Amino acid sequence: MAIIVDKSTRVLVQGMTGRAGTFYTDQAMRYTPTYVAGVRPGRGGTKHLGLPVFHGVAEAIAETGANASFVSVPATHAAAAMIEAIEAGIGTIVCITERVPQQDMGRVKQALRGTDTVLIGPNSQGILTPGQCKIGVMPTRDATPGGVGIASRSASLTSEVLASCSRAGLGQSTTVGIGGDTLHGIGFVGCLERFRKDPDTECVVLIGEIGGREEEEAADYLAATDYGKPVIALVVGRHAPPGRRMGHAGTLSVFGLETAEQKIERLREAGVVIARDASDVVDSVTATLETA
Amino acid sequence: MLLSEFKSKELLAQYGVRVPPARLARSVEEAEAACAHLDARKYVVKAQIAAGGRALAGGVRFAATPSGVADEARRLLGSSLVTEQTGPEGEKVTTVSVEAALDLESQAYLAFARDPESGAPLLLAAAEGGVEFEERARADSDLVRTLVVEHDDDAARAEVANLLSGLGIDGAAAVDQVFAAHLAFVSADMTLLEINPFARVAGGGWLAVDGKVALDASALFRHPEFEALATDPGVFLRDAEAQKNNINLVTLTGNIGVVVNGAGLGLATNDMLVDAGGRPANFMDIRTTASSFDIAKGVELLLEVPEVKAILLNVHGGGMTVCDTVAEGVAFAYSRADRRPPVIARLAGQNAPWGLQILKDRKVPVEVFDTMPDAVARVVELTGGAR
Repeated sequence: MAIIVDKSTRVLVQGMTGRAGTFYTDQAMRYTPTYVAGVRPGRGGTKHLGLPVFHGVAEAIAETGANASFVSVPATHAAAAMIEAIEAGIGTIVCITERVPQQDMGRVKQALRGTDTVLIGPNSQGILTPGQCKIGVMPTRDATPGGVGIASRSASLTSEVLASCSRAGLGQSTTVGIGGDTLHGIGFVGCLERFRKDPDTECVVLIGEIGGREEEEAADYLAATDYGKPVIALVVGRHAPPGRRMGHAGTLSVFGLETAEQKIERLREAGVVIARDASDVVDSVTATLETA
Repeated sequence: MLLSEFKSKELLAQYGVRVPPARLARSVEEAEAACAHLDARKYVVKAQIAAGGRALAGGVRFAATPSGVADEARRLLGSSLVTEQTGPEGEKVTTVSVEAALDLESQAYLAFARDPESGAPLLLAAAEGGVEFEERARADSDLVRTLVVEHDDDAARAEVANLLSGLGIDGAAAVDQVFAAHLAFVSADMTLLEINPFARVAGGGWLAVDGKVALDASALFRHPEFEALATDPGVFLRDAEAQKNNINLVTLTGNIGVVVNGAGLGLATNDMLVDAGGRPANFMDIRTTASSFDIAKGVELLLEVPEVKAILLNVHGGGMTVCDTVAEGVAFAYSRADRRPPVIARLAGQNAPWGLQILKDRKVPVEVFDTMPDAVARVVELTGGAR
């Protein structure tokens, strides 16, 4: 078991024939044998990287039984690609594209309403279930199967934490990059809900940072739930200069708590174990699992 | 992409938001001459800087006569304003706006941003705006009312009218102004539109006395005009230069130059540095699209700062940014540099051994550590910051 993706996931790639799409698909296919199709309007009927290419997502699903889409499409067309996949009824979308305009993400989120599609990203490194399925651009060399579930806002810190977990003999059930943008798909709460139900996940690591509401929503959810598994969190940006990222309204409470310390306090109050810094995560996980 | 107040209000006016008559001036003479074009009994001179918190820093000054306007412009032009949003060096004032000062009967607060949950435009409104609005809003979370306003239709207008009425703002004119702002927010791909104060003036009507707009830099591809609108970067020049090279840089005031890939790892690195008693000279996030030449430019920008005594190179190579690309960039910058402060390096992940080999082969003065805490401890020791 794992969450969202496993060895039965059948992946199609939107934007596979582009330069970046070709490179990342090739890398991911080496790890995951269940890539089944590419989608590129105008290139239907051809083959690329040994996979059949289709004009559209609906056609690719009908022909190959794909249930997940890897979106590697430039920012100008990324929203349209995601909306096409949502309307075709795909189960999971992973979008790695950086700099999708907020207005376009507003349309994507509108299209998601009332559907069962899980969106990961955009501006995400993707999702990885070690030994089973990779949809995204993360390195896999240091990943090992195991019981630590990771949900993260940062690609580089996920790599860092994952590598140190594996070195300490702590494998991972699934790692989810929820993406670095203000407007994104699945959040910490969605990941926590799924990790809770996953028998393979023994504990969950949340990697958060300043800005946004993800951490406090996770804290509210955990405070109201008998979660049953240990949760460890690292929140970075404790010493970031205040107020330099945005104008006034960024500091208003509807957009989230102001400082990393405030987020840490809320998580701690909800029973989360706090890792002091990036090098402290493994010790926190080990200590927590021993006492659990 | 933050716009200055003047540009913000000019843009808002294009969509029907009412703003006071104003003129831009770059010199004392221009400021005085501007008065002749304004139908006003008194004037206000406003420093045009990108950072917020301007009024509290003395950047908004009133004058009764054109010669008074000239005096205030003389005081502001060329000075640096230090607000809670600038660095300690402040932001230099190169332009002022001269406006008709109006008699305000009431001052509300109005803003649009994207609702993180639905992605739709979110209206934020409060009965009392003004200079210390943020502090009051932080202290009292009930001060600001919010409403998702997806489209401009009869139902949405009724909801907005109802919300405004609850704040003591009545009448169709105010609702019209909210929807003019909504149109601007959506049409111009804004990420933030703030009107504070949204004021009722003597003689009737609501208008935007002060306005601040942030445009979505990701939407540049469909708004080529954004480039010209974006504000004079002032003290953020170095940061803007890095941005052109796919590097997010925030200049700080310490003596440790920090080179890191990824925003999360960048924040984590600075946290560890400060915890260990070190003083970072910057925050850096090498974006995944950066080439080795971009990275060289980023490192050069750090080497130009005389206070920088050492560079901490902390990279976790991933699927998109690999260690050898970053090492190439550092080596290239050092090969051209007049000054070669020591590099304390911790490279992990994709192609880490190649990266270290490149640094050694290219004679970069490097000391290598396996873990972040060890590298951080060493760089703090070198820069004299340890407690």
